[in-house]
Amino acid sequence: MFWSADPERPRIWLMLAPMLVVVILLFGGGLFFALIQSFGYLPLIGQTSVSLGAYATVVRQPSFLASLALTLYIAAASTVVATVLAVAVALAIRATTRGRQALSFIFQFNLPIPHLVGAIAVADLLSQSGLLARVAAAFGLIDDPGQFPVLVFDRWGAGIIAEYVWKETAFIGVTVLAVLHAIGPEYEELARSLGANRWQRLRLVLLPLMLPGVLAASVIAFAFSFGAFEVPYLLGASYPQALPVLAYKRYTAVDLAARAEAMALCVIITLVAGAAIVAYLHVSRRYLRRESD
Amino acid sequence: MPIGGAPSRLAPRPPLLRWCLLAAMVVGMLLPIVPLALWSFAFRWSFPDLLPERWSLRAWRYLVAPESQVLPALRDSLLLAGAVTLLATLIGVPAGRALGMYRFRGRALVEMLILAPLIVPPFAVSLGIQIVFIRYGLADTFLGVTLVHLVPATPYMALVMASVFANFDRQYEDLARTLGARPTQVWRLVTMPAVLPGLVVGALFVFLISWSQYALTLIIGGGRLVTLPMLLFAFARSGDNAVTAALSLVFIAPAVLLLALIARFLGAAPAAGGIRGL
Repeated sequence: MFWSADPERPRIWLMLAPMLVVVILLFGGGLFFALIQSFGYLPLIGQTSVSLGAYATVVRQPSFLASLALTLYIAAASTVVATVLAVAVALAIRATTRGRQALSFIFQFNLPIPHLVGAIAVADLLSQSGLLARVAAAFGLIDDPGQFPVLVFDRWGAGIIAEYVWKETAFIGVTVLAVLHAIGPEYEELARSLGANRWQRLRLVLLPLMLPGVLAASVIAFAFSFGAFEVPYLLGASYPQALPVLAYKRYTAVDLAARAEAMALCVIITLVAGAAIVAYLHVSRRYLRRESD
Repeated sequence: MPIGGAPSRLAPRPPLLRWCLLAAMVVGMLLPIVPLALWSFAFRWSFPDLLPERWSLRAWRYLVAPESQVLPALRDSLLLAGAVTLLATLIGVPAGRALGMYRFRGRALVEMLILAPLIVPPFAVSLGIQIVFIRYGLADTFLGVTLVHLVPATPYMALVMASVFANFDRQYEDLARTLGARPTQVWRLVTMPAVLPGLVVGALFVFLISWSQYALTLIIGGGRLVTLPMLLFAFARSGDNAVTAALSLVFIAPAVLLLALIARFLGAAPAAGGIRGL
């Protein structure tokens, strides 16, 4: 890191300016206009009064709580499963000597595959006439597609969760591999020389060292899957719908007043995703403070 | 070594359990691609057959036929991702340099501002800004979609370049200047060669962010700008499994190719810890 004296300050801000324009105007502007529209301020259709009416309407709908619960469930379940799988597989890859590079590549090969393609692939795999149903039929487990469990377009979002687990395991896994690489073998060897067995080395040495990185990746995955639109739009049931799908449906409704409700839903999505991040920062700061004591 | 410890340091886990886990990982990661590959060559494939009854190139022929609109969509997707990559590079490289090489008051705030678009769902932001885009004639246009793609793309480029510039020694530039190099020469002969690998990786990721974007293109493009993901979604809804599968493969081909390129460029597995939404 190279320190600079004050004369460089104008140049620094000049270099940052285009970036700040993008973030403040486009990102900040988007949030700002979502917020004022959610308060019912819509001059385009002649509404200039401000109220919390849209929030009241949205929250009172019985479908809202079902949607909120479903979205939270999908994001939490997929993140927990993906985190456990990612840590387990990354540790297994680390312990392997032969073929480690090939295994790492397969582990992360789906990272650049868009969620849209992932959703299409999951539908072809898990639907009642999908590949797994055909395998079940080949083994004589089912005779007819209707006997295969409903895993896509289902009430509990199984297909959506499957897609997120597929993608997030790779995403969290790459982070875990990088963290494990940074930790190196020394701590474990020290613990071993002090007589710690395999389980103790994992629980008392490796996992605490991995926790900050793993937690950060998990929180990002949670916030993403809570606010993402295309996977539940493609694989979700008609009831209940994930919050982003609900927001989009209200947004494209013919009734222009529904726009304020769509924006209220956007604000709620942003707040929940933001709350997850804030909670994470709080926990990680406490955790780090305890470490440094 | 403790009594009863593992005989070799290289085999600390029960190998059987580890092999099962790794085998399950390989199957789980690759399995979803199998039906896509099979469907794209299927003419008829009804339940409960494990393989298509009749194979055909119909889906692939349809993709290049004019009525499928795939080629114009491919062109628009490439142009869009190219424009986004160019702009995000022009904006993100100086910002990354400022963040990576200088300490200044307000730096923490700037970092927070840059991280926010990577964490807050861009979907909500684009719904909010659409009304402004309508007013300024940016909705349903190529320029408007380019601008909204910059929201997730630019911060990414800035963060990658910040970590690149943090490892760049400015004394090389000072030395070149002392030897009489003009600013353009310093950049072309000293700085750029040093940061180029990171810049290429960042540009490839930014290209992919734009390439895979569905929600933002749908909301701001309003269905007028038909990129590959828009077309893919329409096919997926139409229920033609073969064409959907073939187009899916076309859509992911550049992505997987780029990952392989990145892996080669970095010499090892890419530490792509920060790619979100890909």
